[in-house]
Formats: sequence, structure tokens, C-alpha cells
Amino acid sequence: MPPSPRPSVALFVTCLVDAMRPRIGFAALAALEDAGCEVVVPAEQTCCGQPALNSGDAAAAAAIARQTIALLEPYEAVVVPSGSCAATIACHYPELLANDPAWLPRAQALASRTYEILTYLDQVCDWRPSAALDASVAYHDSCSGLRELGIKQQPRRLLSHVKGLRQVPLAGAETCCGFGGTFCVKYPSISNAIVEEKAAAIEASGADLLLSGDLGCLMNMAGKLHRRGASTRAFHTLEVLAGVADGPAIGEAP
Amino acid sequence: MSGFTRRVEHALADPVLKIAVELTAGTAEAKRATAVAAFPDFEAARARAAAIKDHVVANLGHYLQEFEANAQAAGATVHWARTAEEACETVVGICKRAGARSVARSKSMLGEEIGLPHALAQAGIERIETDLAEHIIQLSGERPSHIVWPAMHKTREQVSALFRARHHEPHLEETIAAMAESARRHLRSAMLEADVGISGANFLIADTGSVCTVTNEGNAELSIVPPRINIVTAGIEKVVPSLPHAIHMLRMLARSATGAALTQYTTFYTGPKRAGDRDGPEEMHIVLVDNGRTDMRESGLAEMLRCIRCGACMNHCVVFRQIGGHAYGGTYPGPMGAVLTPALDGLSANRDLVHACTMNGKCQEVCPVNIPLPTLLRGWREKSWREGLEPQAVRRALGLWAWGVRHPRLYRLGSALAVRAMRMAARAGWISRLPLAGGWTRHRDLPAPEGTTFIEQYARGRRR
Repeated sequence: MPPSPRPSVALFVTCLVDAMRPRIGFAALAALEDAGCEVVVPAEQTCCGQPALNSGDAAAAAAIARQTIALLEPYEAVVVPSGSCAATIACHYPELLANDPAWLPRAQALASRTYEILTYLDQVCDWRPSAALDASVAYHDSCSGLRELGIKQQPRRLLSHVKGLRQVPLAGAETCCGFGGTFCVKYPSISNAIVEEKAAAIEASGADLLLSGDLGCLMNMAGKLHRRGASTRAFHTLEVLAGVADGPAIGEAP
Repeated sequence: MSGFTRRVEHALADPVLKIAVELTAGTAEAKRATAVAAFPDFEAARARAAAIKDHVVANLGHYLQEFEANAQAAGATVHWARTAEEACETVVGICKRAGARSVARSKSMLGEEIGLPHALAQAGIERIETDLAEHIIQLSGERPSHIVWPAMHKTREQVSALFRARHHEPHLEETIAAMAESARRHLRSAMLEADVGISGANFLIADTGSVCTVTNEGNAELSIVPPRINIVTAGIEKVVPSLPHAIHMLRMLARSATGAALTQYTTFYTGPKRAGDRDGPEEMHIVLVDNGRTDMRESGLAEMLRCIRCGACMNHCVVFRQIGGHAYGGTYPGPMGAVLTPALDGLSANRDLVHACTMNGKCQEVCPVNIPLPTLLRGWREKSWREGLEPQAVRRALGLWAWGVRHPRLYRLGSALAVRAMRMAARAGWISRLPLAGGWTRHRDLPAPEGTTFIEQYARGRRR
């Protein structure tokens, strides 16, 4: 019997990971390959269009959606290291193109093959990490992933296999951190009041590390923790799972 | 600085407001969670509640006619009002014909929405608020800051000081009981002497013509039973087909609002006093108010007409919890207010409301009738964009960005340059001042980009 072919997945790194923290993208490559996937990185990828979608510019968002669909539709699966960007493709592209009979089926087909990466590793690949890390971690449930894609147990289950890792409870783990894409720029003082409370809860958890699945939220919380002088370090969950959390945390100089 | 921004800054600078809001909303959040956990299959009940409301909203004309016929058969007079002005004219007209000098009013958000307190004052009619929190609001000359707890922004200490200054015989002890007693002494005789009682409706029951009210103080009953004339004002979306439907909605309403299984007082009224009845009003008038609801149904906001005014969305909203209800500037605060206010008061004056949301989805998660509040807010944002209400600077910046996104090569060049520029502004991994991102770096540090972009590194052959 010939060996079953390795699933080929496209990695859509997200514009934030691309620009701000490429090591999350490389952690994704490592974890996916460890899980037996053949990973392709489409070079023409840009942004999923969420800023236009949430600002009300539906025409621009739809144009970006069409371009992204065309780019990603050749692949068996698309994985995204962000609940919020994955939800844009999986939940909002079909809404954006609902009145476009030529593009709606293509949007729906892509939506059905697009996964947030931890969900893909946990539920599709049935992957279990072999990483080890002696640390206590608090996990923040990013809103889009939690409420639009149902990401709740997947990261916790995967983290439970990391040797030496202790998950500690975080009060208000499901409460928004106040990032909200462009919200933090449009209403900085409200956003600040929200993230101030979030940071206080993270400090009170006593965890060594803060983990989450969305870089935007992580940058918001890490930036506030740093301004407060807190010692909690922040990583994308994937960095811990891929065994690369021995490097600099978010905001630490390499 | 917009009016909204000014109100937000004012609210954020008020430490007492934060404590007061957190106390009430935090308690409500915990109690709702307990009540929902104990409810057998809350999700199914929630789906049924949404289906009941959707059915009514789709067949509104039918159920309103049935309600009107049955309410009239029970002896009530039914009035129709298309606008807030018509509604107020109708109510004031009834009061004037009755020669009323005073009215005992039971809190209703519709009354606030149509500006009834103001209309009564203009007509020279004294208004006695029978709801304790609404009494506090009346004494302090404010507007409600929450749809269930109108005075939630005030602390006990502030209310105590207000009562001492304004009540004829203020409380001697600093206890809640003594303060409530002080309000009773101040209000009760005036309540009983009022010529007209004005109340709202939580539900209108089509097949009996009954009105249902829920309160925790019994004050709706005090506005309905003792006065000679009772006027009920209700939004047209309050109608439900029958009593079992109303009971189902009540189970969802009380648990979502306060976590209680039921409110202290839940009363169904059908028509005025009949021959042989010991008490009740001689006349009962029901004013059915549209005020934009028909337009909402036709313009993509039909799901908003499911709302049963429980307040769960605001109790769980991170933005409301920081800024309180007054900052929203309209009758209805929080997420439901951010959707309703532009429909009632116009979008251009309320553009801020539809943007001041992180789109975290918690409001929809706790809504007992599953209103897709984030989707409706996004709909308002799209309308604002289409109609050119968004600031030019935003349109230009987003337009440039979207153009870049659609040109991958230029996008790569742009992000590579931006990453390098940001690294020049960084010290030891962090950026503490960045032009164009002042809102971010005023309050927190920005982690600097690691180095070159992922795509650049991948193209050069890095794989791990």
C-alpha cells in the first residue's frame, strides 16, 4: 500500500505576524511539519482585510476577500495563527460576498477549509506537542477565536501535553483586552482603561507567562504589562507548543 | 473633540462612577451566570425566545390588530402614535381632558425614548416617579444611565446626600432600609393622590388584550390601580401572541437582567375596573408607539426588535463597564443602545457609538434573544461609510492601505520599510513614542518588530 500523501496546507501568516513577530510564523511551520503536514507559504499573501471590514468599507473588504480567495483556493487547507484573521476568512468572507453569485461558492469553499492553527493541530491532525517548559502560564481567550470559532479547549488541551508547564487560572480570561483592531487607536482612553484591568488580572494570576492565540491582543496586553513594570512575559501559544519559548518574549530584544 | 469623546473623558476621570457601575454590573454578571447554569437547556430556551419574537415582528400587523380588538373588548381605549411627538400629545391630551394636576409614573424606557417627562413638565403637570431609582434620577435632574437600574451610576453615599437635601423628612440612619423609608414618606401620599397613572408594558398579550408589567418594587401597580385613569405607553414590538409566550419571555428576561427566577411583582392587567371590581382605574388608555420601529424592520434592523430590554448586553460590555451609560448620550446605553440610538436619533450625530465597540461578541453571547449586535453595528458602520459620514482622514488612510493590500509587491515593500522605520524608533525591544500611533504609546509600550518580515526571511530560505 502506498503511504498516504501528507496533507498540503497553506500557511497564511497574518500581516501582524509577518511584520512584527515572524518567529510565530516559523513556530507554525515547525509545528505543522511535526504534525506531518506539507506546508506551503503563498508568497503573494498580504492581509485578510479585517480593518476594512470593521471600518465599514465593505467594497474594499470584498475586493481584498476576492484576492485572498483566489490566492488560497488551490490548497487543501489554509491555516492561520490567529483566531480573528481565521474568522474573517471563515465567517465573514461568505457574508461579504453573499450577493455575488460568482464568488459566494468560492468563499464558502475556502471558508470550509480554513482553520485557526491550534484547532487544526488539535482536531484535524490530532497532534500532541513534545515540548517541555518549566513555567506557569495564564491563558487569555481572544474574543474572535472564542466566540466566532469556538476556540476554548483546543489550546488548553495542547498545552496540557507540554512537560513542566502549569496552567493557572486567569480571572476574566474571556473578557476582551480592549485591543479590538482599530478600536485601540480610535478610542485610546477607553481601550487603555480596559487593558489596565486586564493587566492587573494577569499580574494577580501570578503566572510567569501570558499566552494567547492572537498577536494583536498579545501586543496590547504585553505593552501594558511592560508600561506597568510587570514581570509577566508574553508569548503566542504556538511558540510554547513548538518549543521555541526559550527565546525572547514579545517586546524583549533578541 | 466630539460630544461622545468629551463624555467619555469625563466618565473615565470619575473614580466613583467606576465603582458604582462595577458593583451593580459585576453582581448582575455573576448572578446571571448562576441562573443560566441552573436553567435546563438555556440555549434551546434562548432559541425559542428568538423565534417567538421573530414570528411576532414578521406578523406585527396581525398581532397588533388582535391585541387592539381584545383590549377594546375588555374596555380599554387604544391609541396609535407614529412618532414620539404624537405619543406625547396623546398622553398629555388625556391628562388635560381629565383635568389632571399630577401623574404617578412607573419607569418605562419608552417614556424616556419619547421624552414624556419633558412633555409633562411643558404641560405643567406634576410628575411623581414611583420607581425608587427613577425618583433618585428625578431629584438629581439626570437621565437614566441603565435600562434596568436607572441610577446605577450613583453610590449609596451620593443617594443619601441627595435624599437629605431634598426629602421633607430625611432618614436618620445611614442604612438602605432607612433611606427607602425616607423615599416612601416623601412619595406615598403624592402617589395615592395622583389623578393619572402612567406605566409601561413589558409585554402586550394579543389574544387577551392584557398588559404585563414586571417590577421589583410593586410600583407599576401603584401607578395603575389607585389613580382614576391609567395610561400605558408601549412600543409596538412588545406584543406577543399569548400568555404562554409571555411567560416564556419572562423567564428569559428576569434571569438575564438580575439572575432572579422571576421579579418580585409580575402583573397582568386586562381593561379598566369592571362593575363589581373593588379597585382599578375607571379608564385605561393604551398608547401603541411606532417611533421608527416599522422603519427598523424594513431597513435591516428587524433582529433588534427582538430586544426585551433586560440590560445583559450592557452589564457584560467592557466599554459600558468603563464609561457607564450617560456617555452614550441617548436613551438606551450599551451595545443595544449603540444599535438603537442611530435608528432613533440619526446616524450622523451618533457615528461614534457604532464605532466605540471592540466587536468582542460578548453582548450577543449573553443576549437572551440572540440579537447579532456586532453584525448590526457593522451594518451601521457600512452605512456610515457609504453615506460619506466617516472622517476624510480615515477614508484616505484606509483607502491607501486597502490599495496597498491589493498590490502584494508594493505591500511587501511598504511593510519592509515600515518595519525598519519602527525598529529605528525602538529601544531595547520597545517603542514608547511613535508618531501616528500616539493613542497607543500614550498608554502602553509597543513591542518593536523583531527584524525583517516573515516573508522576507522565508524567501531567503529560513525555515525554522
